[in-house]
Amino acid sequence: MIPAAFEYYRPKDMAGVLSVLEEHGDDARVVAGGHSLIPMMKLRMAEVPHLIDLQDVAGLTGISIDAGRVRIGAMTTQHEIINHAGLSDVAPIMREASLQIADPQVRYMGTVGGNVANGDPGNDMPGLMQCLDATFILVGPDGERSVAARDFYEAAYMTDRADDEVLTAVEFAASKGGYAYEKQKRKIGDYATAAAAVLITKDGGTCASASIAMTNLSDTPVYSVDAGAALVGTSLDEASMKAAVDAMLGDIDPTEDNRGPIEFKRHAASVILRRAIENAWDRA
Amino acid sequence: MNKELTREERTDALGGMGCKRKRVEDARFTQGKGNYVDDIKLPGMLQGDFVRSPYAHARIKSIDSSAAMALDGVIAVLTAEDLAPLGLHWMPTLAGDKQMVLADGKVLFQGQEVAFVVAKDRYIAADAVELVEVDYEELPVLTDPFAAMESDVVLREDLLGEGGSLPDGAHGPRKHPNHIFTWEVGEKDATEQVLDEADVVAEETVYYHRTHPCPLETCGCVASMDKVNGKLTLHGTFQAPHAIRTVVSLISGIEEHNIRVISPDIGGGFGNKVGAYPGYVCSVVASIVTGVPVKWVEDRMENLMTTAFARDYHMTGKISATKEGKITGLHCHVTADHGGFDACADPTKFPAGFMNICTGSYDIPTAYLAVDGVYTNKAPGGVSYRCSFRVTEAAYFIERMVEVLAIELNMDAAELRRINFIKKEQFPYQSALGWEYDSGDYHTAWDKALKAVDYDGLRAEQAQRVEDFKAGKTRKLMGVGLTHFTEIVGAGPVKNCDILGLGMFDSCEIRIHPTGSAIARLGTISQGQGHATTFAQILATEIGLPADSITIEEGDTDTAPYGLGTYGSRSTPVAGAATAMAGRKIRAKAQMIAAYLLEVHDDDVEFDVDRFVVKGAPEKFKTMKEIAFAAYNQAIPGIEPGLEAVSYYDPPNMTYPFGAYVCVMDIDVDTGVTDIRRFYALDDCGTRINPMIIEGQVHGGLTEALAVALGQEIAYDDMGNVKTGTLMDFFLPTAWEVPNYETDHTVTPSPHHPIGAKGVGESPHVGGVPCFSNAVNDAFRAFGLRHTNMPHDHWRIWKTANDLGLHG
Amino acid sequence: MSNKKHFKLTVNGEEQEFLAEPRELLIHTLRERLRQTGPHIGCETSHCGACTVTMNGKSVKACTVFVAQADGADITTIEGLGNPDSLHVLQEAFKEHHGLQCGFCTPGMITRASKLLEENPTPTEEEVRFGMAGNICRCTGYQNIVKSILAAASEMNAAKEAAE
Repeated sequence: MIPAAFEYYRPKDMAGVLSVLEEHGDDARVVAGGHSLIPMMKLRMAEVPHLIDLQDVAGLTGISIDAGRVRIGAMTTQHEIINHAGLSDVAPIMREASLQIADPQVRYMGTVGGNVANGDPGNDMPGLMQCLDATFILVGPDGERSVAARDFYEAAYMTDRADDEVLTAVEFAASKGGYAYEKQKRKIGDYATAAAAVLITKDGGTCASASIAMTNLSDTPVYSVDAGAALVGTSLDEASMKAAVDAMLGDIDPTEDNRGPIEFKRHAASVILRRAIENAWDRA
Repeated sequence: MNKELTREERTDALGGMGCKRKRVEDARFTQGKGNYVDDIKLPGMLQGDFVRSPYAHARIKSIDSSAAMALDGVIAVLTAEDLAPLGLHWMPTLAGDKQMVLADGKVLFQGQEVAFVVAKDRYIAADAVELVEVDYEELPVLTDPFAAMESDVVLREDLLGEGGSLPDGAHGPRKHPNHIFTWEVGEKDATEQVLDEADVVAEETVYYHRTHPCPLETCGCVASMDKVNGKLTLHGTFQAPHAIRTVVSLISGIEEHNIRVISPDIGGGFGNKVGAYPGYVCSVVASIVTGVPVKWVEDRMENLMTTAFARDYHMTGKISATKEGKITGLHCHVTADHGGFDACADPTKFPAGFMNICTGSYDIPTAYLAVDGVYTNKAPGGVSYRCSFRVTEAAYFIERMVEVLAIELNMDAAELRRINFIKKEQFPYQSALGWEYDSGDYHTAWDKALKAVDYDGLRAEQAQRVEDFKAGKTRKLMGVGLTHFTEIVGAGPVKNCDILGLGMFDSCEIRIHPTGSAIARLGTISQGQGHATTFAQILATEIGLPADSITIEEGDTDTAPYGLGTYGSRSTPVAGAATAMAGRKIRAKAQMIAAYLLEVHDDDVEFDVDRFVVKGAPEKFKTMKEIAFAAYNQAIPGIEPGLEAVSYYDPPNMTYPFGAYVCVMDIDVDTGVTDIRRFYALDDCGTRINPMIIEGQVHGGLTEALAVALGQEIAYDDMGNVKTGTLMDFFLPTAWEVPNYETDHTVTPSPHHPIGAKGVGESPHVGGVPCFSNAVNDAFRAFGLRHTNMPHDHWRIWKTANDLGLHG
Repeated sequence: MSNKKHFKLTVNGEEQEFLAEPRELLIHTLRERLRQTGPHIGCETSHCGACTVTMNGKSVKACTVFVAQADGADITTIEGLGNPDSLHVLQEAFKEHHGLQCGFCTPGMITRASKLLEENPTPTEEEVRFGMAGNICRCTGYQNIVKSILAAASEMNAAKEAAE
């Protein structure tokens, strides 16, 4: 497995990145940790004549928490997320989900930016970001813009990001209440058969808010508005649980692969979601 | 003067058989100083890489390599056309068939070798592969052996006779152009009669899916033709280096003395590295053509897609019994999917390997087995993945059939086994399908195993769990997997075991150095089994020199005696025996020397741990160290100088290791996720040479069994595309998915083996697969399940539960 | 080739400079160019961990890093962990507890374990299994690998205590 040759760039600033992107259009790709892109290049399933390494670009790393708002630089790794105590306090779901991504070595290299920007339906962060109602910061030739994670994904590997834009950070509000990231997979290193991200707040014994997103059950992550809505105002009785699960099932569109046929995936999705809701509820 | 050591202390000092000797191999491996084939870098070495077929069945209309040849650094692009004048575009397989080295007009499986690019480095080679243009015409694809036997599509036109007739194959008449052989053992009519007249007959079709040995190191070689001296050196991942030398000689015409085959350190084999692959032939040809060394190492996708699958047996069984549960007959028919070429690695007279061990551990008076081999558009292979030839298939079959019979009889499966075991006093036992089991004590092992796990307690807990499940208190079921397996290893007696005409003896050559250290060379080759450690232990005990003073060397055909290599758990049963026998020859000469030195008659000295002593006068002795020095440096009348011996050991019989395993598994009915709560493995491999290494072998074999049972497969779609080509989809468990195992043992030495050892490397795999699978099946027994096929991955378990109506 | 570039790495304490194509995979640079053949190639898709090295303080699969990305990096392979006169505690522990068989995964396994113990000197068995889940072994079934790593941790901690 040998990749095709490419030109390599390691700019020191974003201007340098953008100028290469501008010059080469979709012949150019940025690389962060590379653990999605490089295997694709080695299998010669991704052709990247111009590869722009972001590792020296200033300002893309780090986690800041300010007045209940979290900002994570695109080049922040899953390993850093797992070990950031402050982040675990304000958004513990980030750590819980990150621990379920790939394996230790991959988490040292795998970044938030790469995971969310790649548009691979198997990645865990996109659904998580939708659950958190995160905002993605994109920088392009016309400057900076932000887009909601819930509006970002169009199809497999197709996102709202233009070819000449770079995703530089994700931002979201500190999450209150209960959380859970449940993932069924065949083994360490596998993508999800089904995964669910759930955030719930409680008002006494009643669900005050609920946010639900699913991973690897469509060609994009699935933020299920209706599934969350089905829980709000209830005490999570069986009827509301069932309503939430049914709503989610109405939103996903899994395909058959080695993890199993569609029927199974839908069943697994419902089980995993139920468990995530129960878990989040207990923690709320 | 040192204090005289006690006999025990002297024994301990040898580090001989039975002790947990630390491995001598580990110093280099832990420091990254192993020498594996891809570590070899010879001056001027070129790199080979294959253009492979994206189609499972296609005619090749043209190959255009001009763009590839134009690339700077590309030396050659070989196709079948280039190999044909040398007669090397096809090669013989180990199964008596022939296989294309490079596609000769058509391809028969996805990933088949079409052209071989030779370039200055692996990057240029990979680029050139992309530039070779092949024009294919797609042909209908046959991935199902049953459909293949009905189809008008002929996969192997090369095997048709004149006017489309069907000449016999290597194993007799063929029924259909896509049929390879029928192999029958046992008494058909008698078995059918027993089945007809039986109180109870259980019938089941059991599919043992296609999988792959997948050692962590893939296959590869470095061929180096020295044109000045006319000598070819071939380094490679060979489990049988001498056999490879002979094969290379036969197909290339280079005389055997001019070929040196070297197996360096091998990063796991598990059967994957037994066969001869097109990459080896192409590398040799490329080196002969270019006059410089050529390396070829497959990548992981190539490994999984092309070199040596395992299993793919569709087994239909009928087992009959009396009302009381005494088994009376067994009938088995196998449809064996061999892929595009019959490249199974089995002894010549056994086209389905030792599948006729499928009566297992049971006294079954009447049995019949028939196997039909079939061509399909899948990769060739059919190797024994961590087992003796097709023994995993046989053990899986009988251990499933016994479970199904227990259901039919409404009996406890442990009790059913117990009343049918071959009894201790019946050994040597003549099986209905032709084997003579050398030894065994199955009841003792079984009782020990059941007691260790508190079998009755487990069944009580399971019954409670079923009740709780039915009452809606839990969504988890509990399975108790049982297995009692009997292996047949140590192939084998030359009178009925050969591969390509090469008798399956093995060998050991010992040279004692004057100062009392030694080197021993064997015809086998370790791939992680620790031969350098354990064979030295055998010798230490046999010749009384410390294991630490004995070097074991394998894998270089210029120095090692001829042997058939390491697979099928044959190293200890065959080469281990040769080692002991050669050691005894050393000892016999040493006895004469000792007697001379002690000035007594030969018969008046006896061996005692590390010395010969005068009978009745233990203070008069000569140590082996002293004898070694004398052997070289003292003129002894009638005895020539030196102390060397060689033994070629032709085993009188196979050995029959056995074991009793119990697996306790919890199953999440809703997700299909399994959790192995407990695994107990009792192995009886006869005399135990190194308990530490035995335990390690058991852990490893069980883990490979877990993988196969719970998810590992080579899956194809209807177009013959491999769906499991990377380690994302091909299941190799990590430390996270693997439990801790409990190991135990009984010792029933082999009566015919010089040291009573039977071999153990493959037992845990042979016994482990049915044990894991039985646990899954058993969990659903209370809900009416008779049998569900492996691999028991999440979705298939979920489907089983779903089909049983357990999802409400 | 035309687009070779100049790269600089520190490997096992020694600075190395050379010309290479940016696409060269770090594992090939280490194994073929710098002849550090301890790290091996097993799966090539970052699943097996046989190629694990420590790069700038992280456990990394060198089959999934381009040499260009590693330019300027400080890399330790198994060859840099210990030497014949002074083995790393983990190397001793793997020998002592039969933590290896064919040896092919061992360099990556030990290199990864060294980082794991650096970050978590007192792991539980579960933490070892989780922390080693990026390294596949086909021979041992992991039981003795886990045992080796736990034993090494104890020994390192005992040595630390003795030194204090």
